[in-house]
Amino acid sequence: MPSLYQQIQAGKLWDFHGGVHPPTRKAQTAQKPIAVLPLPDRLYIPLRQHIGVAGNVLVSIGQRVLKGQALTSADNSMAVPVHAPTSGTIVTVGDHTSAHPSALPENTITLAPDGLDEWREQYPLNLATSDNSSLLERIQLSGIAGMGGAGFPAHLKAGLTQPVDYLIINAVECEPYISADDALIQEGAITIVKGIDILCKLLSPKAVLIGIEDDKPAASAALKAACSQREHYYVRDLPTKYPSGGEKQLIQLLTNKEVPAGRRPIDIGIVMLNVGTAFAIAQAVLDDHPLLSRVVTVTGETLSQPQNVLALIGTPVSDLLNFCGYQHKQPYKVIMGGPMMGFTLPDLTVPITKTTNCILAPSKHELPPAAEEQDCIRCSACADVCPASLLPQQLLWYSKAKDPVKLDEYNLFDCIECGACAYVCPSEIPLVQYYRVAKAEIREQQRESVKAEQAKARFEARNARLEREKQQRMARNQRLAQAREQAQQTGSNSNAVAEALARIKAKQTEQNSVPADREQVLAERAAKKQQARAYQAEKAASEPHAESEPAPVAQDEARQEQPAADEPASAKSAAVAAAIARAKARKAAQLQAEQQDKVVEAEQTKQPEATEPASEQATTDPRKAAIAAAIARAKAKKQADSEKP
Amino acid sequence: MSFKITSSPHNRISRSTSEIMLLVVVACIPGIVVQAMLFGYGVLVQLLLAIATAWLAEAMVMRLRNKAALIRLKDNSALLTAVLLAIAIPPYAPWWLIVIGTLFAIVIVKQLYGGLGNNLFNPAMAAYVMLLIAYPLQMTQWLPSVSLQPESLNLFDAVCAVFTQYSCSGFSISQLQTGIDGVSMATPLDTIRTDLAAGKTLTESLQQPIFYGIAGAGWLWVNLAYLAGGLALIKLRVIGWRIPVAVLGSLFAISLLSWLAAADTNPSPLLQLFSGATMLAAFFIATDPVSASTTNKGRIVYGVFIGLMIFIIRKYGGYPDGVAFAVLLANMAVPLIDYYTRPRTYGHKAKGAGK
Repeated sequence: MPSLYQQIQAGKLWDFHGGVHPPTRKAQTAQKPIAVLPLPDRLYIPLRQHIGVAGNVLVSIGQRVLKGQALTSADNSMAVPVHAPTSGTIVTVGDHTSAHPSALPENTITLAPDGLDEWREQYPLNLATSDNSSLLERIQLSGIAGMGGAGFPAHLKAGLTQPVDYLIINAVECEPYISADDALIQEGAITIVKGIDILCKLLSPKAVLIGIEDDKPAASAALKAACSQREHYYVRDLPTKYPSGGEKQLIQLLTNKEVPAGRRPIDIGIVMLNVGTAFAIAQAVLDDHPLLSRVVTVTGETLSQPQNVLALIGTPVSDLLNFCGYQHKQPYKVIMGGPMMGFTLPDLTVPITKTTNCILAPSKHELPPAAEEQDCIRCSACADVCPASLLPQQLLWYSKAKDPVKLDEYNLFDCIECGACAYVCPSEIPLVQYYRVAKAEIREQQRESVKAEQAKARFEARNARLEREKQQRMARNQRLAQAREQAQQTGSNSNAVAEALARIKAKQTEQNSVPADREQVLAERAAKKQQARAYQAEKAASEPHAESEPAPVAQDEARQEQPAADEPASAKSAAVAAAIARAKARKAAQLQAEQQDKVVEAEQTKQPEATEPASEQATTDPRKAAIAAAIARAKAKKQADSEKP
Repeated sequence: MSFKITSSPHNRISRSTSEIMLLVVVACIPGIVVQAMLFGYGVLVQLLLAIATAWLAEAMVMRLRNKAALIRLKDNSALLTAVLLAIAIPPYAPWWLIVIGTLFAIVIVKQLYGGLGNNLFNPAMAAYVMLLIAYPLQMTQWLPSVSLQPESLNLFDAVCAVFTQYSCSGFSISQLQTGIDGVSMATPLDTIRTDLAAGKTLTESLQQPIFYGIAGAGWLWVNLAYLAGGLALIKLRVIGWRIPVAVLGSLFAISLLSWLAAADTNPSPLLQLFSGATMLAAFFIATDPVSASTTNKGRIVYGVFIGLMIFIIRKYGGYPDGVAFAVLLANMAVPLIDYYTRPRTYGHKAKGAGK
């Protein structure tokens, strides 16, 4: 029995369950050269075009930017920057219709090209002399995110440290109509292989498997020619079937392995990248050419010249359609992506992003609108074609019933939303839509329940704290009461008189010895400051985890500990008492001064008084002091005004 | 300018539910033609009655449920139910029998459960069983094949017979049922059962004229016609191969075993396969997607269960054919079968493999 690797080397292919054969309709575009789109009037560059977080905006409105200049930063490992696809001026930074099924507005930089196409300085890297970290940094800073559609940041995949058996390059392109990868391979196979070389240096896999469907003979031949000098690079022609290009399906086709549910391909020693991503990586590393443009298939029966175009990121869809001869009597549908998984656009100002591989403008005859949904007859044609071996009709049933337990039992979350089930459904039930809604509802429920858990934990912590404080209060009162009782029992009458005298004396000396008091106050203040700093540090330490659930609880606990720590050393209360005493003294002095000379000087006398406490407090809290000073000033003014007549 | 917003996928295969149902009806036509030629035109009258009743009943219920009637009628599922019931009952059964049966099938078995796709039982078979229990006499009035009928009935006779129970020339159904030799004749399966119960051997029973041919006069041809229609459905991918193969395979296997063990009291496998409603059941009734199992493994289990039940009911049961009961019993087991035959989802371990 040959090992898996030997079988793979021998060219063995496997199969996945189900799949469909929709008409591919790629011939209109696949054989034409890639056309370069003229510079559009405006480029709309969404800040986030990948899975992860958006970088911070580095440019301001009105600023001139050069081609290839980063517009956002990548200060987070889940962030990749976006770049100016050409030189020009930043017009706005704000909401614009997003290239997302929801079409919700999204933060977008609008760039007005100046037509000069002036490059920033470029620093190509030498693959032989660069180390892995500089390569990865370059990949990240070049803004490369998976170009097959998911938009996963490429540096995260290329920077995986687990051992890699197989690097799979996805050139399958199983969606009907789309031939962007096909065209890219035909024209850039050599660059793609250079990109694969870079990935091999980073990941050192046992073998590279390039999967391509057998309806792209020209591209396959180009890849094979480009790989001919490489050992362990295998180009595999796969039978055309949708969705062979799905990550899990392609892994199964090429290696007969399955990614365990809820895990990632790397867990079985596999990394997969799209062929377009490999191309972009080569450009970024070897030419310092960040991801500024991509090949997009523009096709459909409403176009007189369907073809592949090289479009700058941010180009509005209308520019692509007009370039390809868009003509329609009444608007029907414009789809971003393919007919199986693409989404319809609400208008044509939506920009091309890093993950846009196709703009499909079909005629009504070509992709007719869905007829009215009929009842499910449980024919299970859907189950026969499901590449995940799910039971879509059962999932439909439980989706309609909103039964999250059963949906989980029937593995709803293993659905890859490929659309094969809805494609074959004789009752024209939009199955995928039902699953999307069900998934969203379950996610929402999970979020809600997490929130509820947190609220419960917070509530319980608060109750516990209140109870603890109550106990402490009671214990202290008891202690004091006991002490008092003891004092009363032990003390005699003569003693009491002596004590009272001593108390009065002590009070007098206390009032006289102001400097000593002042020192004490300063010491107290220093202690308080330290405490505040410690609290800040604690708070800061708990804050970065704000997203994870225990955060509020942790904060609560920090807060709880505060009074407990204060309790024994009642420095705080002493300080408060001192402050009150000071304030009273000031007030008395003020009153006296006012009575002595009521006239205009009032303001002058109050001014230094008001600023004095401010300067005192400035060390502890400048803002508070300023506010206090302002209030004091205002009061003084008011008083002066009222005393004038 | 506003564009149409729809959810993916945006393209669909062209075959619809109504086309599937219609194809099944069309595939029944060879069987119906043979049945009409060999057993008289009564079946055509029954068909018309059943279809009219089914459409009316469906439209009426849809009206009551405040749903659009036309789109439901267009799915052809009521049509198919009517056709299957009409070809299953005796051709000269009284008109009210098929009307009651069809109403029961559509209103109670299908719509009261929630309409198409929600019914637990096969509507045609549930109605058949209801009729068989409620009207056993009328439901066993199968006339012998035309070659054995003393009087030949034309189309008008058929209409008269169905509506009045007398042919235009005044023969009653029971008179017509009586063979040339003056002995009342039932179906071949019924005859064998009665004879075996009376202590005769199978060889003796098969001497009777009704057994002219392999599986009883006429019945072989009817079954062959349904076999042809069924194979066409498989070829057109309207139905899967699993259920028919499992039904026929299991019936063949168990009847072969019993026949080899005791040929005197057990009909041959060929007689089992080509008599009664075997082929109709295997290709047209057991494959009803709504009430059948929906998993691939489950379909095999479901089919084998039906095959075995047909054999058992034919051999030990009190009714002429076991098909309807077998299908209903299997229908009841479907949720259980489906639950335990779920396929392994991609990336998940097989059930029982542990975590």
